[in-house]
Amino acid sequence: RDFNERCPQCSEVNWGLTDGGRFYCRSCHNVTERSREVVNTDFITNSRVQTISKGSRKQEKNDGGCEWYICEGFQLVLKKQVEALEALGVCPQMKDEILCNFWRCYLQKSKQAYCKRPAGETVKALSVCESSTDVDSDPERPSLLHLLSLSESEGDLQTDCSFVSSVSKVSESTSVCSGSVDGSLYLMKNQKEKLRMTMPMTLSFCYMALLWVREPITLSELLRFVVEGHIPYLNVFQHFPENMRLCGLDLKIFCVESWPVYEEVFNKMHELAAFLDLPRFPDITESCFLHPDMLCMKYLMEANLPDELHNWTCRVVKKTGIGEVDFLTLMPGNKSTRKVKYDVLAAAVIIVVLKLLFLLDDHYEWLLSGFAEERNKNNTEGGPYFEFKKWYEVVKHSLDVEQKKLDEERAKYLWRCEKPLFYSVKNKSKVLKRRQMVVNLQNQFGKLSGSVQRAEKPNPSSFQLRWSEENTDGSCFHGHSLKGILQEKHGLLTAMNPDYWLCTVKLCNEKLCGHLAHYREVEFPQSYHFVLGLFSFLLRIQPSYIHDEVCMIEHKLFNKKLSKKLKYNRVLRK
Amino acid sequence: SSDEHKLNFRKSKEACLSYIQDALLQKQWKRAAEFLTCYVESLEKDYSREHIGPSEVIWRIGTEIFYHSQSSMKEFNYFMEQMKTLGVKRYLKVCLEHIFHLLCNGQIDEAYQNLSLAESWRFGEQTAVQDKEMKLIQAYRGLLDYYSWSKQKNILLEHGEDGFSDLAVEQEMHGYFRKAAVNLKEIIKIPGVWDIFVKCYVDLLEFYGDHNEAHQVLNEYAYNSKFPANPNAHVYLYQFLKRQGESKKTLISALKILHDIVPSHELMIDFNTMLQKSKKRKKRRMGLEVIFAALDYAGWKENAKAWSCLARQVKQIVISGKHLDWIKQEWSSRKDWWPAFHFSRYLAKRNWQENKSLSYEKALVAGILLGKDCKYFKYVSHQGCKAQLKRFRMLKKFVNRHNPAYLRISG
Repeated sequence: RDFNERCPQCSEVNWGLTDGGRFYCRSCHNVTERSREVVNTDFITNSRVQTISKGSRKQEKNDGGCEWYICEGFQLVLKKQVEALEALGVCPQMKDEILCNFWRCYLQKSKQAYCKRPAGETVKALSVCESSTDVDSDPERPSLLHLLSLSESEGDLQTDCSFVSSVSKVSESTSVCSGSVDGSLYLMKNQKEKLRMTMPMTLSFCYMALLWVREPITLSELLRFVVEGHIPYLNVFQHFPENMRLCGLDLKIFCVESWPVYEEVFNKMHELAAFLDLPRFPDITESCFLHPDMLCMKYLMEANLPDELHNWTCRVVKKTGIGEVDFLTLMPGNKSTRKVKYDVLAAAVIIVVLKLLFLLDDHYEWLLSGFAEERNKNNTEGGPYFEFKKWYEVVKHSLDVEQKKLDEERAKYLWRCEKPLFYSVKNKSKVLKRRQMVVNLQNQFGKLSGSVQRAEKPNPSSFQLRWSEENTDGSCFHGHSLKGILQEKHGLLTAMNPDYWLCTVKLCNEKLCGHLAHYREVEFPQSYHFVLGLFSFLLRIQPSYIHDEVCMIEHKLFNKKLSKKLKYNRVLRK
Repeated sequence: SSDEHKLNFRKSKEACLSYIQDALLQKQWKRAAEFLTCYVESLEKDYSREHIGPSEVIWRIGTEIFYHSQSSMKEFNYFMEQMKTLGVKRYLKVCLEHIFHLLCNGQIDEAYQNLSLAESWRFGEQTAVQDKEMKLIQAYRGLLDYYSWSKQKNILLEHGEDGFSDLAVEQEMHGYFRKAAVNLKEIIKIPGVWDIFVKCYVDLLEFYGDHNEAHQVLNEYAYNSKFPANPNAHVYLYQFLKRQGESKKTLISALKILHDIVPSHELMIDFNTMLQKSKKRKKRRMGLEVIFAALDYAGWKENAKAWSCLARQVKQIVISGKHLDWIKQEWSSRKDWWPAFHFSRYLAKRNWQENKSLSYEKALVAGILLGKDCKYFKYVSHQGCKAQLKRFRMLKKFVNRHNPAYLRISG
């Protein structure tokens, strides 16, 4: 049954529905006092109602809020993120030229803006009304709970469902279930084809832009900066302007309650690049930071390994072809090439080199270390020889200390911010009261914990572990020599170690089981597990992903030998 | 762990909670407070499906931290007021805890105010659900009323000595009595351990001469099977009966169950003394059992009084020549370990040095149970004779004379 009254102002019958639940005349924008409570709920299902068109978007609502769309919110988020990146030293073009264009392209492709709305498309503005009306009678109108449970939740927002259900059962009058215009729509529609925007995806955008500009920030670094708070992500909505009100389903979209996951951001980025039909990205050449030669140098330093190892990483890179431009450069949509994780790749190269030189079978490396120790005792002149044992002790100690710090940081992580979140106006006061109590308790217990001030956010830094040659305790191994473990053969330096063990004889099909190999700690030597753990800590990524890359590189390196028929034992002679 | 680099709100707070627990276990209160500061955000999430929600965690842990920190009562009171608002199902419990802390801090008046406030609390069906806590609150108010009564009583007694009589004080006192009695009576109807309430109530009843009621109350408390087994109940009953001058028979029956529950109770000495003197053979037999059982416990090893009880009874049996089998029975389960436990040479030396009476009594018992050649007896009697103490010479003679008794016991 349509609402057929004539508008008192312009006598037209052309009604739309504001988010406040009031009828407004589309011809003259006169808002009536009639609200949906008066009308039978049949109205909602039968009539075609359109939300206020973009032209009058900025119309102020009664509570001082304006109307806004979800994509506007994300645009703000991206803006904040890229500004933070600029503050970290990224080139300013990234914001105005690169990211901006990516974003516009995305909006266009996903038909959220910069295009004509398909004719006849209706946008149902949903409201919560779980009062006496029989919800089941209308299968088309999804309930608030249903919407909340539809999308994958980040973190714990689903537990708040019970909050919401209790709230909405109590309220008799209609209340908007999202502060944005299209919040409910966003969650409801089948967005599979359109690549719906999410908070982790904002980081994918950032990473994509960084990659395009070839900035010296790896994905693992970017995510670490996010967690450390240098890049807005958690609680970024507190920077939304005052009149952009968030409530209800908006929270599901913008509220983050988990740390971003490398794999998720990485995969989404590739999906995005393909979705946007981007051309081949700018070449990653040898002079780029992301090239394995460069990254290996950085990681060798950070892992406190001798600089001399760099020659070896370069050799491995060359031999396996992973330093080739075509291998490294991203070609969106190309399903045949393996997507490159630059940071993980570099770490894996280093591990392969360590295996080449030290074998890492829990015997040989200690043996070599023993020899080096002897030599170091007798020869005090010249640089020291690299002793695996000493290196292990020094690095393990630092790693344990840092890991312990990180574990405490995880436990002390604060997720909420000053700006309160509430699902509806009804539970706003409850939320505010709770917030106030939390602040009070924090003050009280803060005092009881002594004057332990929460440490100031440390400045963002590229290195998590630092070693200085100036330390006289010999804890820096950069300048140590590999002499003891190398020999010259036919004019070429080779490792004394004649053996190598493969992590796996056969690679899995990544598309089927998600991994190239399956890493289980008990099946591998402790030394190998240790170096995996070291890089796992530095990159904040699971050891199994690094293990995958190691397997991949090994198979490239020993390609010829593997393609011949192998005997059942895994040990190869180089 | 495989998810080490992932983190979400819930996992983060779980980790936080385990750090808090570790700190508490190691009594690192400041560190616990530090982590609790980060934990309190959990209040902003809905944990209604969890067994124990963050509000309860914060209440319990926060109270513990406050208790061990040097913070002002003002801060603590503020904290408790906030905790009261957090969970209506817990309201009265939190009130009670607050009141305990006030009492521990000597703030009796504030405690009383809080008790009255809590008593007047009503909240729909919760009032009925939290009925037990309400009774407790009323009981504690009754307790404080008793305390006030007691103060008034003391004032009266003082004035009474001086010859003054103070009507106002007396009336106040009676007023407190009425208030206290009503509440105390209620709580002790419910099965539970109410030692302090029972004691106070009985005290009131005795003062006003209502001995029947007092007896009734104590009987209920001790013998009603619905109440948990409580040695103190029997002790209170016994003490009351003693005050009332009841017969030995009554007193003995009051202590029987106490012996069953707590064979090492200090009243066992009284018990044994009464039993020993009884004309009934069964009772004397029981007396022996009681004193042996008490001395099984390490806490009694150096109790000269206990040993003298045993020694007296053993001596009496040996002299009469009858009922040596009693000793034999008691000794059979102890002869494997009592020698090392009580009668080692080391203990002989120590007992002799520290407490000659103790060593005397023990030596007598040892001499009978283990014979004149046992280490303990030999050492002590030798030392005693060397020191020319008459009673030790007598002891030596006695044991030597009654060596056949030993032979009969051990054989």
